[in-house]
Amino acid sequence: MANSYRVLRKRILASGIKEMDIYAPRIARVAMPGQFIMVMADEGGERIPLTLVDWSKVEGWIRIVFQEVGVSTMKLGLFEPGESLYYVSGPHGTPTHVSKLNTVVIVAGGVAIAAAYPIAKAFRDVGSRVISIIGAKNSSLLIYEEEIKSVSTEIHISTDDGSRGIRGFTSDVLESLLASGLKPDLVWMVGPTIMMKVCSAIAKRYGVRAVASLNPIMVCGMGMCGACRIRVDGRIRFACFEGPEFDASSVEWDELILRLQMYREEEQLSLKRFLEGGGHI
Amino acid sequence: MSKIKSRVLIPKREPLERLKDFNEVALGYSEKEALEEASRCIQCPSKPCVQGCPVEIDIPRFIKLIRERRYEEAYKVIKDKCPIPAITGRVCPQEKQCEKLCTLAKFGKPIAIGALERFVADWAREKGVYIEVRNSNFNSKNGKIAVIGSGPAGIVVASDLLRLGYEVTIFEALHVPGGVLTYGIPEFRLPKRIVNDEIKCLVESGVNIELGFIVGKTITIYDLLKEFNAIFIGTGAGHPRFLEIPGENLSYIYTANEFLTRINLMKAYLFPYYDTPIRKGKYVAVIGGGNTAMDAARSALRLGAEKVFVLYRRTKSEMPARREEIANAEEEGVEFIFLVQPIEFIGNSLGAVSEIKLMKMRLGEPDETGRPKPIPTDETISIQVDVVINAIGFHPNPLVPMTTPEIKVDKRGRIIVDKEGRTTMPKVYAGGDIVVGEGTVIEAMGWGRIAARTIDRDMSFL
Repeated sequence: MANSYRVLRKRILASGIKEMDIYAPRIARVAMPGQFIMVMADEGGERIPLTLVDWSKVEGWIRIVFQEVGVSTMKLGLFEPGESLYYVSGPHGTPTHVSKLNTVVIVAGGVAIAAAYPIAKAFRDVGSRVISIIGAKNSSLLIYEEEIKSVSTEIHISTDDGSRGIRGFTSDVLESLLASGLKPDLVWMVGPTIMMKVCSAIAKRYGVRAVASLNPIMVCGMGMCGACRIRVDGRIRFACFEGPEFDASSVEWDELILRLQMYREEEQLSLKRFLEGGGHI
Repeated sequence: MSKIKSRVLIPKREPLERLKDFNEVALGYSEKEALEEASRCIQCPSKPCVQGCPVEIDIPRFIKLIRERRYEEAYKVIKDKCPIPAITGRVCPQEKQCEKLCTLAKFGKPIAIGALERFVADWAREKGVYIEVRNSNFNSKNGKIAVIGSGPAGIVVASDLLRLGYEVTIFEALHVPGGVLTYGIPEFRLPKRIVNDEIKCLVESGVNIELGFIVGKTITIYDLLKEFNAIFIGTGAGHPRFLEIPGENLSYIYTANEFLTRINLMKAYLFPYYDTPIRKGKYVAVIGGGNTAMDAARSALRLGAEKVFVLYRRTKSEMPARREEIANAEEEGVEFIFLVQPIEFIGNSLGAVSEIKLMKMRLGEPDETGRPKPIPTDETISIQVDVVINAIGFHPNPLVPMTTPEIKVDKRGRIIVDKEGRTTMPKVYAGGDIVVGEGTVIEAMGWGRIAARTIDRDMSFL
């Protein structure tokens, strides 16, 4: 019954941010940009969603990038090439609707810059002009700059402290581009929810269509439990199978932000226990 | 008829003791109790009880074998029709099926068939009696069958077709097989080691189970048909329904599916030893009156709630839950508020639910279900809560039909099948909750049996 989800390669991209290639041929065979996998590091682990960053049908691997922020991602980070994860399923979610557009602006912040890579690539591959805006807290946490550059017509970088690119947020860059007269057909965004909320408001102000890839808490990943439910246009939607992408201007952002904080107490307790126990599985 | 002896009650743990953990509540018969209960069976030649069994277990025969202490043979008789007797013996609503038709039911003292089935199954488990699913009738037939979903319907299809000699692969999306038996029904009603053992038995008999495989995503029905001769869809009714009232996305308002999945599948009741958290409420409201609502309410008590309220829009006599489960919940201290309908959830500044506004209802004329229709009054009340569980019901799982337009569904999202389980797509069959909406474990198994027969018959014409 058991499958082997072997880690093939692991790369440390920044402090606490890791890239991992996993052998999962049946997922690699059908993966599409914008989809994600559900992962359990070990038997007692949580089921967590992670965006598919890249994959190879031929070689049968999939790539994920994650930041170690809690027990589940820390456990995942402990796996070395040759070791196997307990469970991986996918691809989950509805793929990004990719079509040839004149100009697409991709906005991505933090660890989610990696999640923007397959989307930028897909739009570029169909002949769209891709303007990417990526941002992080500081230069040392800025990941995937080269990868994004390789699939973008133009790249803009921001850091909160100004240690790389302009000082400020990705939303500042988006605002100045739109203010200077850029009229993209689509703003596609992924990153911290607050970033997406702000970028969504900016896009709306300039009358630009915007799509956001959401990151709510999930359990099943397949429309069964409703943990990931969000409100879009006043209606309850499941990010796991109707999303994770939705029209950004219709998303009730404040509700999503609150729902993401639901288990803060439990997460801290779990993390404390994990670290006090030596931080191993 | 004072000569009729009373039923031997199945021993249960005391409410105060069982509330301390998630261990099983009903303890099962001792051999002595089983023998005493079996001795009450009058062995009617017409076997009315069998007609009440969706999988047609030869009930009088296995009870007779118990009386003769021939437990292994009794187990074989049950196993011949039911691949998972330790499970059905625990969760079947026998009072609506076999026991309802028992001749002694006319005197209010039906044989405790479920408890006897459980006794035999547990005896076999403890003794390590293992019965090959492929029995002596084994005649190898050519054909590969894909079963989607490892819940009760899928288990029966797999087991029946394996016995007929087909090669069977079950595709399960989650990381553990069993479907609703694993994620839905709590440990205190159905210990997961029992589910694991019953499924292990199936795997040892030769059924292949692929975990983490989401049909509709990892592979389509079209791709499966290139590799398999027939497909059975048993993906269940796992898609939650909502009340569609304000505040429904406030934090700590769970669907019963999420609440129970966190507890049963992810073992959140053992957090932080298991990583998945669950919010342990002090004042918990459960909305709904079915078995799922009882499971959720009793789970919430075990997580440490001070008060658990079940909110139901009709009265106790209309509750769809089993009487036994309602009684268990009452014994454990669950409080029931009848004739109320939630109309709004109110939250605090952190987005956490803190209050439910309820409309008081009264009962009117019978509706299409035959039950009196709840009618709103103009009176509302409020209760303070910190966790809410919505157990009002489910829709069929939309994933497979959504990705396979040839498989037609009705207005309620249920896959349309003929009487024999054929969908509108050739070589594709379906059964269980994906077809009926919301049924029981044993009803799903009954569907599985029908579909397995049809698949075998259709394959013979190929």
